[in-house]
Amino acid sequence: MSSALVLLMTPGLALFYGGLVRRKNILSVFMQCLMAVCVVGLQWVLFGYSLAFGPDHGGVIGGLSYAALHNVTLAPNPSYGPTVPHLLFMVFQMMFAVITPALIVGAFAERLKFSAFLLFAVLWATIVYDPLAHWVWAVGGFLRNYGALDFAGGIVVHISAGMSALAAALVVGRRRSYPDTGPPHNLALVVLGAALLWFGWFGFNGGSALSSGGLSTLAFVNTQLAAMSGAIAWVFLDWFLAKRPTTLGLLSGLIAGLAAVTPASGFVSPMAGLAIGAVAGALCYFSVMVVKAKLGYDDSLDAFGIHGVAGTWGVLAVGLWATVSFNSHGANGLFHSGAHLLLVQFVAVLVSAVYSFVMSFGLFKLVDKLVGLRVTEDEERIGLDLTQHRESAYTSLG
Amino acid sequence: MKYVVAIIQPDRLDSVIEALTEEEINLMTVSEVLGRGRQKGLTEVYRSHREPGNLLRKIKVEVAIRDDRLWQVVDAVRRGAYTGTIGDGKIFVFNLDECIRIRTGETGEAALA
Repeated sequence: MSSALVLLMTPGLALFYGGLVRRKNILSVFMQCLMAVCVVGLQWVLFGYSLAFGPDHGGVIGGLSYAALHNVTLAPNPSYGPTVPHLLFMVFQMMFAVITPALIVGAFAERLKFSAFLLFAVLWATIVYDPLAHWVWAVGGFLRNYGALDFAGGIVVHISAGMSALAAALVVGRRRSYPDTGPPHNLALVVLGAALLWFGWFGFNGGSALSSGGLSTLAFVNTQLAAMSGAIAWVFLDWFLAKRPTTLGLLSGLIAGLAAVTPASGFVSPMAGLAIGAVAGALCYFSVMVVKAKLGYDDSLDAFGIHGVAGTWGVLAVGLWATVSFNSHGANGLFHSGAHLLLVQFVAVLVSAVYSFVMSFGLFKLVDKLVGLRVTEDEERIGLDLTQHRESAYTSLG
Repeated sequence: MKYVVAIIQPDRLDSVIEALTEEEINLMTVSEVLGRGRQKGLTEVYRSHREPGNLLRKIKVEVAIRDDRLWQVVDAVRRGAYTGTIGDGKIFVFNLDECIRIRTGETGEAALA
């Protein structure tokens, strides 16, 4: 059930991003997000799952013993979801592995060649996502051994995607029409996408409990509260600072809250969840409205500004508010004991952020050398739907 | 023959059509357009993206008419479209060189109605 919910988030993400771009590029966004599901999913069952969750080698990687799902059967894996079939754990994790590269689409939307995207997605999954997932979630992973806590993917999904998005924006460069990049062509689709993401997130966080009961309930509740408080924070900031509350602001705050609570949802109390969401909404507001404009990088759909910033905050927030009174497998954060967990989380943030950024930067340079990253100036002007896919989403005559 | 192009507020369309119909003027073409006159448009804000002085939605009504009925059309449009505020719109009048009915091949005033 949860796996299905998380899967739904990728089409939801596609709609969210699709509505934000110009109408001539909406299909290219869908193609990139949905093909990511397919090719990264393929990579996952062939060797990605094994690299991430295979028996540990040196704290760094999982090796190839699960390649092609060898030894991944219906019998539970005692380390990963001891009450569910191993195959189910594999497919649940697959949904995380496939949506993460799709998040990065937000940074280079409207200008990347389809071939470049596919090559990048598979390489990125192998070199960035799989090792990171291993370090944070696998038995023997060095960040997990060190004590880092990431309930559902603040490090593995949001920081990795966010930092990679920043690398993408820098390497791929701005859209040619920047800053005249046009308003979102269909905010109604963005709302629909956000609704699907919101709904799916209950599977993302709730399902990460790997069981149904108290822990998944906590994660579910925290997910909802952070979504609400994130939205409220952004809407009120919009209202006071920019004179009008906006729909896009509401949705952005919502996503910021959801992203931030992702690592914390199973470790903190509901009131902490509320606070985490609200701060995330505010932090991301400034990151997008002030910092990005000042620094001038073209992170088209704010993948770094929202996922990167919110993910970082959320992982650090675990270090503040985690309490074993809700989850005995967690630890106590600053507000419940000492600063040790906070320090651990900070190190985890640093390691994952630097690793993701540097590797992604290198991968983009490599893909540029191999197939070229950007479409031509003419193709960018005409639009990717027609030039990359020979399709039009909105046929105006007939 | 004259060709009348009227740019009106979108919510006045029903009144305009009603007024034209009262004058027994039933042939028209209607389209959605964007435009601005002295109303400078509103600034739209989408996160960090600002669209200043945007174009506003308007409706264009086009009617081909005999010379002696021109002012019936103009008066009907004004009756239907008037609200008294800036943004009510404008009416343009062109000379119409020829009009041909596709189905029968009739030309001139016989093809107008």
